[in-house]
Amino acid sequence: MMVPLWMYLVVAAALFCLGAYGVLARRNAVAILMGVELMLNAVNINLVAFWRYQAPLNMAGQAFVAFIFVIAAAEAAVGLAIIISVYRSRRSVIVEDIDLLKW
Amino acid sequence: MFELNAQSLTFAVFSILTLGGGAGVVYSRNLIHSALYLIVSLFGVSGLFILLSAPFLAAVQVLVYIGAIAILIIFAVMLTQSMTQMRAILNRQAWLSALVMGLMFVLLVVAVIWPVFGTGGSRADIPVSDMVATTRDLGVALVDGNQYVLPFEVASLLLTAAMIGAIVIARDEDPK
Amino acid sequence: MDCINNLSGCLTSGGLNPALSQFISILLGVVMVTLFPLIIVIFLIWVERKIAARIQDRLGPNRVGPFGLLQSVADAVKLITKEDITPIGADRVVYNIAPILSVVSVLLIWAVIPFTPLHIGVDLEIGVLYFLAVASLATLGIMMAGWSSNNKYALLGAFRSVAQLVSYEVPLVMSLLVPIMLAGTMGMQDIVNAQRGMWFIVSAPISAFLFFIASQAETGRGPFDLLEAESELVAGFNIEYSGMKFGLFFAGEFVHVLTNALLLATLFAGGWVGPFVDQVPLLGIVYLSVKSAVFYLASLLLRNTVPRVRIDQLMNFNWKFLVPVSIANLVVMAFLLKLVQTFGLSPAPDRANDFIANIPQAVILLAGNIALGFVILTYVRNHGRRERLAMETSQSAGQERERIRHMGAVGD
Repeated sequence: MMVPLWMYLVVAAALFCLGAYGVLARRNAVAILMGVELMLNAVNINLVAFWRYQAPLNMAGQAFVAFIFVIAAAEAAVGLAIIISVYRSRRSVIVEDIDLLKW
Repeated sequence: MFELNAQSLTFAVFSILTLGGGAGVVYSRNLIHSALYLIVSLFGVSGLFILLSAPFLAAVQVLVYIGAIAILIIFAVMLTQSMTQMRAILNRQAWLSALVMGLMFVLLVVAVIWPVFGTGGSRADIPVSDMVATTRDLGVALVDGNQYVLPFEVASLLLTAAMIGAIVIARDEDPK
Repeated sequence: MDCINNLSGCLTSGGLNPALSQFISILLGVVMVTLFPLIIVIFLIWVERKIAARIQDRLGPNRVGPFGLLQSVADAVKLITKEDITPIGADRVVYNIAPILSVVSVLLIWAVIPFTPLHIGVDLEIGVLYFLAVASLATLGIMMAGWSSNNKYALLGAFRSVAQLVSYEVPLVMSLLVPIMLAGTMGMQDIVNAQRGMWFIVSAPISAFLFFIASQAETGRGPFDLLEAESELVAGFNIEYSGMKFGLFFAGEFVHVLTNALLLATLFAGGWVGPFVDQVPLLGIVYLSVKSAVFYLASLLLRNTVPRVRIDQLMNFNWKFLVPVSIANLVVMAFLLKLVQTFGLSPAPDRANDFIANIPQAVILLAGNIALGFVILTYVRNHGRRERLAMETSQSAGQERERIRHMGAVGD
């Protein structure tokens, strides 16, 4: 007897809300990136849970998750490169200090 | 509904790891501790994938997220802070965003998840099939001309572009 | 009932609850698979020191116990009785977890190694991928150790270690794709079963060689031991570790080398495959031990005879040589395998275990590997020749300039 589907969905929703709170409430750019990773993982849990419970023979669920892995890796690499480059010129990664483009 | 067998116990353990790690990420003052809590949370997610009969995704999660992305994040934390100040400061709007996120979570559960998938919901009684596609089917799907070969190739192109871009952006400009 | 080959069945037929008997057999398996490497590392340290000593023309430990066999026990006792120092300002939790993570990440690999046709920890569908995922955890342990020591040298050592470990994962993964292709599956037991006809080291020697080098670099052994060398960066990331925590790092490294030898034997040299292994399954452990001992000795020889490489030579070697070679190897093997299958030279499924039926495919793949190796060696030789020529001309040009300068100075 398997765990009912809604439990997985609740876990994913909680993780998503935690990640969103991390993005909104933190000032350090790397901490914001960690919140984004949490949100992506919550989406992954959702996708795999729906795949397993609703359509386990259709590979769309797992393929989608594989592509999210790829995109998360690419985004983390480029994002962290940008953060390190910003730190080199501005000596700070607090996102409120990076405001040269503000009107 | 809450029967105590090996699977539900494992699910409880991995859920606690995931959510506890997630809470540690957003509440920890020390950024290195945040990164380590992120690793714990990613392990929990990998365990949930195993419970959901997706062993390939679980292994790739550990290999890619924990073995590469988490280490990248730890490097970035170390390179962008001095060793004495590791404190993360909360925003002025921390309380407001906590309230909003809490409300959103309650809204999601009460208004979306429970009515549709909870006991007595509209899609609650779809039987769980025991026939699950294997890793071989995922491999075939990723290179089959009628399935996902195009996103697969585009994804590898995206990774190449991201790799080159990251190297160029983070490179030290030597004053020659 | 055959109690050694089927413990849970034996216990069930003896009247025990089937779930309980399965639980007991799994528990016993876990305990044995975890304790065996930790106990054998005591013997391994002795083997290592004796062989290193003989290569260096000295005797090695020979005072404590007969032939120095109890030397490792004496060392363990010494490490346990040392004072357990935690540096000021170190992050206590992370500092204590790092050596544990280092050792655990190696022991977890033993869960998927097939010891006999019937005994394996857990026969995962994705065995090889599990090994790669767990091997990438070792970098985490080193990172945590270097950071939590609150010491600049430890941090620099940890940075370099992580750079090396992450870089050498790339040829490791790509060299492991070849036995997966040849067997058609990622499960360890299925890969060993696919080698009943012909070992993969005959069909894919370049992949075996790449895996050997990459795994040697992954443990930080042999010519790649810049991470822990006592003369470089004051011993790297484990400066601040003393007593049994240092002992854990040390023991973890030895278990890792043994695990690599075991994996090389399983994935390329046939694991438990040998004569009469179906009738007496326990013979599988004997064959596996002999094969992995051969590879372990090869790794020891490499470590004790080749000089240490610098960090920039290490990175150049990986990214400019190993990665292109592994990509070329993968492409050539995939192409040849498809060619062999198209022309019908691969063995039919009902004759897959026959040595004779596997010969045409193995010969073609071996020829492809030899051709690729020839191309690589030619390229390396030309590259070396060009570099030597450039160095000689620049040296002779430098000497000319020196002579002219001297003549000018003397003639003044």
